[in-house]
Amino acid sequence: MSEDPLQGYSGYVRRLLEEAGVKIGDEIRIVSDGSSYEGVLIARYEIAEPDYVVIKLKNGYNIGVKVTTGSKVSKIAAATPPAFRPRPPPEQKPSLPRVTIVSTGGTIASRIDYRTGGVKAALSANDLLSLVPELADIARVSAEILFSIFSENITVNHWEAIARKVDELFKKGEEGVVIAHGTDTMGYTAAALSFALQKPPYPVVLVGAQRSSDRPSSDAATNLIAAVETAANAPFGEVVVCMHYWHSDDKIALHRGTRVVKLHTSSRDAFKSINTEPIAFLTQNRLILNTGEFNKRGGWHGYKLEPFFDPRAMLVKFYPNMPPETLLILREKLRLRGFIIEGTGLGHVNADFIPVLKQLVDEGVFVGMTSQCKFGRVNMFVYENGRDIMRVGVTPLDDMLSETALVKLMWCLGKMGEKHDVDEIRKMMLTNMAGELYSRSLPTLGIEV
Amino acid sequence: MEKLDYSKLGLKVGLEIHRQLNTRHKLFCECPTDAKEDKGKKITFRRYLREAQSELGAVDPAALFEAKKRKSIIYYAELDNVCLVEMDEEPPHSLNAEAVEIALTAALLMDAKPVDEIHVMRKIVIDGSNTTGFQRTCVVALGGVIKVDGKEIPIQTITLEEDAARMLKTSDREVEYDLTRLGIPLIEISTAPVITSPEEAAKAAKAIGDILRATRKVKRGLGTVRQDLNISIIGGALTEIKGVQELDLIPKVVENEVKRQLHLIEVAAKLKERGLKEDMLILNPVDVTDIFSETQSKLIRRKLSEGMRVFAQRLPRFRGLLSYEKWPGIRLGAEMAGRAKAWANVEGIFHTDELPAYGISQEEVEAVISRVAAEEMDAVVMVVSKEDKAREALEAVLQRASEALKGVPEETRAAKPDGTTVYMRPRPGAARMYPETDIPPMAVTQERLKHLRENLPPTLGKITAYISEKYGLSRQLVEQLLDKEMIEVFEEIVNRYRVQASVVAATLTETITSLKREGVQVESLEDKHFVEIFRMLSNGVFAKEAIPDILRWLANNPAESVEKAVEKLGVRSPPREELEKTIEELLEVNKHLLDDKKAINKLMGDLMRIYRGKVDGALLNQLLRQKLEEARARTQQQS
Repeated sequence: MSEDPLQGYSGYVRRLLEEAGVKIGDEIRIVSDGSSYEGVLIARYEIAEPDYVVIKLKNGYNIGVKVTTGSKVSKIAAATPPAFRPRPPPEQKPSLPRVTIVSTGGTIASRIDYRTGGVKAALSANDLLSLVPELADIARVSAEILFSIFSENITVNHWEAIARKVDELFKKGEEGVVIAHGTDTMGYTAAALSFALQKPPYPVVLVGAQRSSDRPSSDAATNLIAAVETAANAPFGEVVVCMHYWHSDDKIALHRGTRVVKLHTSSRDAFKSINTEPIAFLTQNRLILNTGEFNKRGGWHGYKLEPFFDPRAMLVKFYPNMPPETLLILREKLRLRGFIIEGTGLGHVNADFIPVLKQLVDEGVFVGMTSQCKFGRVNMFVYENGRDIMRVGVTPLDDMLSETALVKLMWCLGKMGEKHDVDEIRKMMLTNMAGELYSRSLPTLGIEV
Repeated sequence: MEKLDYSKLGLKVGLEIHRQLNTRHKLFCECPTDAKEDKGKKITFRRYLREAQSELGAVDPAALFEAKKRKSIIYYAELDNVCLVEMDEEPPHSLNAEAVEIALTAALLMDAKPVDEIHVMRKIVIDGSNTTGFQRTCVVALGGVIKVDGKEIPIQTITLEEDAARMLKTSDREVEYDLTRLGIPLIEISTAPVITSPEEAAKAAKAIGDILRATRKVKRGLGTVRQDLNISIIGGALTEIKGVQELDLIPKVVENEVKRQLHLIEVAAKLKERGLKEDMLILNPVDVTDIFSETQSKLIRRKLSEGMRVFAQRLPRFRGLLSYEKWPGIRLGAEMAGRAKAWANVEGIFHTDELPAYGISQEEVEAVISRVAAEEMDAVVMVVSKEDKAREALEAVLQRASEALKGVPEETRAAKPDGTTVYMRPRPGAARMYPETDIPPMAVTQERLKHLRENLPPTLGKITAYISEKYGLSRQLVEQLLDKEMIEVFEEIVNRYRVQASVVAATLTETITSLKREGVQVESLEDKHFVEIFRMLSNGVFAKEAIPDILRWLANNPAESVEKAVEKLGVRSPPREELEKTIEELLEVNKHLLDDKKAINKLMGDLMRIYRGKVDGALLNQLLRQKLEEARARTQQQS
């Protein structure tokens, strides 16, 4: 990767720096408006005002110096490149289970160059073990970079690639896989892997961090340690998301891949299981199971890799005043093959939608109904409107999460290929494949009267 | 005792003055800055901190110290004054513009040059006092100068930073913090190390304090000011002393530190004379537990019964030097104990210079000496603790012994209220700072500076003249109000209530001082107490003579109201009708005095005996005059 030696600088300021022959990391002197400053040239924040030079003073502080036509820049000394001297990684213990950490983006561990403020990701297994040495006591750890993207840029192609990689690792003899993933769409990927890797022989653990790993308070290391522990030793072969349960670092939740959503923008406990408890908790690296309903670890029977997704499905949130034609226009423009409608309450949309919905279903488009209520299940028998919506062929999706329903629909469409049958899709959508449908609803725990 | 010649010793002192700003909300979120702990809904959570590796190949001593002590951290968050930002669960909001304005004002008052653009940094602090593991801090201005007795003391930097959480408790494995204070804006003024005497250090600190107070936007009271001192002498080393709270203590702290360094220099010379070489200091803690199986020392017996053990370490050629004490409290033994406590969290050490004592017998001491093969000129240090901690403690002691050979080690020390200091941690290396990317840089525009320059607050001198003029008070009294940081509450009271300014000023200064001399805990009196007292006084609820009693009672019962104090003390003024009736009855009884010219004086005495502290003397006097006139008029009519 070739970095811009004057990253973030443009226009007049850039020319001034170029003429002085300096680049980021060099020690420079800048004379501006009668004052002279010395320090290390620092990269400029991209969205900031253009006419400042940022330097790091001897005392460690950065300041911005305003540059005018009279300003002068000169070089004092060339940059000394950062020399990371990592601690030697701990020895791997041959008696422990083999776990691979697959990186898809973000940084689970990093080093800081305090000279320039640069943060460098640790990507090799040795790097990781040197930064989080606890891992060596849990498993024989390998690491591999599959890709390096922000999770909002993930598509069905990435889902497929991750699923194939996990399958390959299992077949190579790995006894658990950890997938480091940006948190924004981790819930979607978890659902996708739950369908693409059915009844996996070992745990597939998605893990992320809500605080970046360059901070001492990052949740990355605690989540990663818990994820490797789960991959190495959990009694199940399931796709799970491994993140903080609450604000504390000492309780980590393992959420079923088809049941989990990100419900908070920034807090460590952003991920929640919906309509169920997490499969298990980890406290002090001890696993506490909340359920006995899971695919047992170590069994290859029933394991299937089906990493097929068709992205021509859409999740649409109904809102008051939404024009019914929206659905027709979207279908037309994007050649959609299916819709998940996130309706109100028990599963409703404005009665004006009924002719449109009928037209879509008649034309072979699958339309499924979930609820924007998040908690609870849809039931379209209760009100007349619901019954009318069902009558034209809309499928109520019970207590399935909207996001999971969308991913599952993409998977059904991918699995069936170009020729699909709405009735067949309906049947698949209503069959529990990976814990996405439960028939029992339980009350919330924890509040005593 | 010889008097220290500080200029000959090459004393150099630099100050870092920290002061909380009285902003409406915290530096990076909208939580209030004036909330109290223990008032609202509380949650508790647990965290761990782990520092990312850095390019600094060499291990930073301060970081190593903290990493070695990595503890589980428990935070208490009160939802009245803590939000997700302090909990490190939400990115910081933008830099508080009000705080920046105050810092810039202070900078202009010191003739410093504001930076063109402010960049917030993360300074790594992993002791748990910041939930993030770093303190957010930014340089607001560089340069500047203050004057002390005509001498110019340069200011190096003026920074704005977030205050840390308050530690409640610490043990081997856990440390607890309350988050109420975390995020309150702090201004930090650092001077160049050019101060050359203990008195000058105090004067410089006062000069900086006066400038900050002139902004009228700093917090006052206990815990709002923290003064750090960087002290060195020729042949010594730079010592950073943290947390001197009282201005008056500064000279004493400086003097003690100079003595401490002189002492250590002298000890090093003696060790060299005795032929001690670094390689003679070998770590070899010996288990001597069996020697104490029958000991008379209660302390050791108790610890042994808890499964602890006694370990001993020989310190060659140190005999007599551990308890050698030229100045009270300054001994190498105390330094070693400080190290052992800080690194291994043991309660303390025993050494042969001070034994036999504490129930440890001569025989036991001799047995230990022979067990570790100590010679005539050697000292032996012992620690009673769990084995691993005892070994760690003795390693720290040996480390300190080897530094003693070199002289004065660079250290960060904490100031104690008596002016002595105690070891905290090694001095940190190059500041581990990197940019806070969650907060965009903030430009300091020429327009903004122009506006601030045109609206600079008056200096404290000008404020004194103005207030003394406006309220007819002596300058001396106003200076007292300023020094005692009572000027704000004084102005609030006199602007709100019809009360005599001189009474308010005297109450806030002289009355408080004399109560303090009596031993009353005046620190527990809050502004709201004073405001309420004068509100009630202005409504004639009690007489001003009752104020000292009310204050004394409130200081002892700080949770109670002024109303309650008045009730408990029985100082409530009777209704006016009752007063009039009493006076009329008094005149009836003393009819013979009606023609007496001194009737007023004679009768006032009787009235004051009844109403002292309950009714204002002036009011009584006025009523008495009125009633006397009426009575005289009546008798004249009758005759």
